[in-house]
Amino acid sequence: MSSATAVVSIPRLGVSGRVTQARVVLSEWTKFVSLRSTRWSLGVGFLLTIAFPIIFAAVTASHWAHMSPSDRAGRHPLDIALAGVNVGQLAIAVLGVLVITGEYSTGMIRSTLIAVPKRLPVLWGKLGVFAAVSFLLMLPAVIISFFASQSILAGHHILQISFAAPGIARAVIGGALYVMLVGIFALGIGSIVRNTAGGIATFAGIFFVIPPLMNVLPTSWNNAISRYLPSEAGRQLFALHTGANSLSPLWGGLLMLGYCAAAVAIAAVLLVRRDA
Amino acid sequence: MIEATELTKDYGEKRAVNEISFTVRPGIVTGFLGPNGSGKSTTMRLILGLDAPNKGDVKVNGKHYREHPAPLHEVGALLEARSVHTGRSAYSHLLALAQTHGIPRRRVVDMVDLVGLQEVARKRAGQFSLGMGQRLGIAAALLGDPATVLLDEPVNGLDPEGVHWIRHLLKQLAAEGRTVFVSSHLMSEMALTADHVIVIGRGRLIADMSIDEFVRKASGERVRVRTPQATQLRELVLGPKITVATSEAGVLEIEGRTAEQVGEIAAENRIVLHELVPVQASLEEAFMELTRDDVEFKSIETQEREELAA
Repeated sequence: MSSATAVVSIPRLGVSGRVTQARVVLSEWTKFVSLRSTRWSLGVGFLLTIAFPIIFAAVTASHWAHMSPSDRAGRHPLDIALAGVNVGQLAIAVLGVLVITGEYSTGMIRSTLIAVPKRLPVLWGKLGVFAAVSFLLMLPAVIISFFASQSILAGHHILQISFAAPGIARAVIGGALYVMLVGIFALGIGSIVRNTAGGIATFAGIFFVIPPLMNVLPTSWNNAISRYLPSEAGRQLFALHTGANSLSPLWGGLLMLGYCAAAVAIAAVLLVRRDA
Repeated sequence: MIEATELTKDYGEKRAVNEISFTVRPGIVTGFLGPNGSGKSTTMRLILGLDAPNKGDVKVNGKHYREHPAPLHEVGALLEARSVHTGRSAYSHLLALAQTHGIPRRRVVDMVDLVGLQEVARKRAGQFSLGMGQRLGIAAALLGDPATVLLDEPVNGLDPEGVHWIRHLLKQLAAEGRTVFVSSHLMSEMALTADHVIVIGRGRLIADMSIDEFVRKASGERVRVRTPQATQLRELVLGPKITVATSEAGVLEIEGRTAEQVGEIAAENRIVLHELVPVQASLEEAFMELTRDDVEFKSIETQEREELAA
């Protein structure tokens, strides 16, 4: 570090560019891929999404001979293929929170907002990069899960289903779409809460604490309300059979999208209004 | 150019910055002085639009910071608080900032070289020492070749060599015609680099003047003279509001006259001078004097001493 001391000569920057949304997206991409936590979360999310169906399929296949007819009837190949989605969403949701709260906890947000003082392009950039990466990662994950679990089950000639069967392709792709939307929702929460622990806790509360709590309500209320929860509405995207008390995949997906839009809208307003 | 008018910021009940107005001009180094907690960092945050003022206004190069289409070309800033993701390498950090403005990679490498971080540029910034962190912050500040440079306590954590380097850098930046605004709580540091000072205490503006004027006001006019004709000179320089003290034979400490005045009096009266030195009271003391009532967080020790004195 001593070489710089002698003479200070600051090189001039010939070109001069302005801040554009495309440039902010590129910047957010650089930030996203240059962190170890990103690579870990994505890797874990990808592996869990694939590992669970494979284990589930292997266990089902080995126990099939001893299973009762009702147990057998309760197993559906799609449930096995997408068993990893519920676990994979956790890794992606945590990453969604971290994408923004990591900047607040380290102080990076100040550098970010000094470079892009209009602020909103940063939120759009983060959302765009994160949504694209998580979908493009989860899509192969669920497709691999489907064919891997099917090939294990095929070895025992049980629970075979075609990807071309009605609703299957939609449910498989819907699984990836669901995880992406969960991630976007988590990013919105993180941006509102601005704190990693608080963001993850809020997300977990909405997705994992409130749904079982609904069971304390009278059944008729529970049936009426539960379907509108983000977790319940969103999971219709990758459910093959929708129950009597559930929304259709389309409406469930749209409602989940609505929750994401609401979280992001609140995050956007707060990002512009609050002191950084 | 930075122009603040009646800039005011409250955090809850506490008024951090209280109706301060000042102008920071290009081509010189302007020091921003004040004790810790006096509102320097808040003012910097207001200039950069990180916080919104409750009242008043501040513009950089004629516009609110937020309105500039290419803010990094207008202002380069080093904040006192760490502003780097600890998990990211110095290089990636700078690259991500550069990309928001379409600044080429070459520039990132140049800045890494300039601040002397080439050997650690690929290491995670969380492992950096305070001094290395400061250097990275300065690299980020200069990335956009900004017309205005805003540095909050830049010498914090730097080794003597680093401090020396910063002094040169500040002067160089000003000589290139940039606006240089540097905060510090160390008067002596500012005396070495600044051409102009803005002093605040408890969020209020205390002084806004050239460093020479500040030094003169702060230290009063004191001259030390060594002459074989001390008694004669003593009679000649005395007057209203002028005191003369003698610490050793043949030496006079004259307060209230400039060295020029004393020299002229001596010449007119054909008095031989062996030594004629304008004495500057310790700047640190002068600064303490100026901001004494405005120090928000006095150390207990200081308080006790004052109580004893009272």
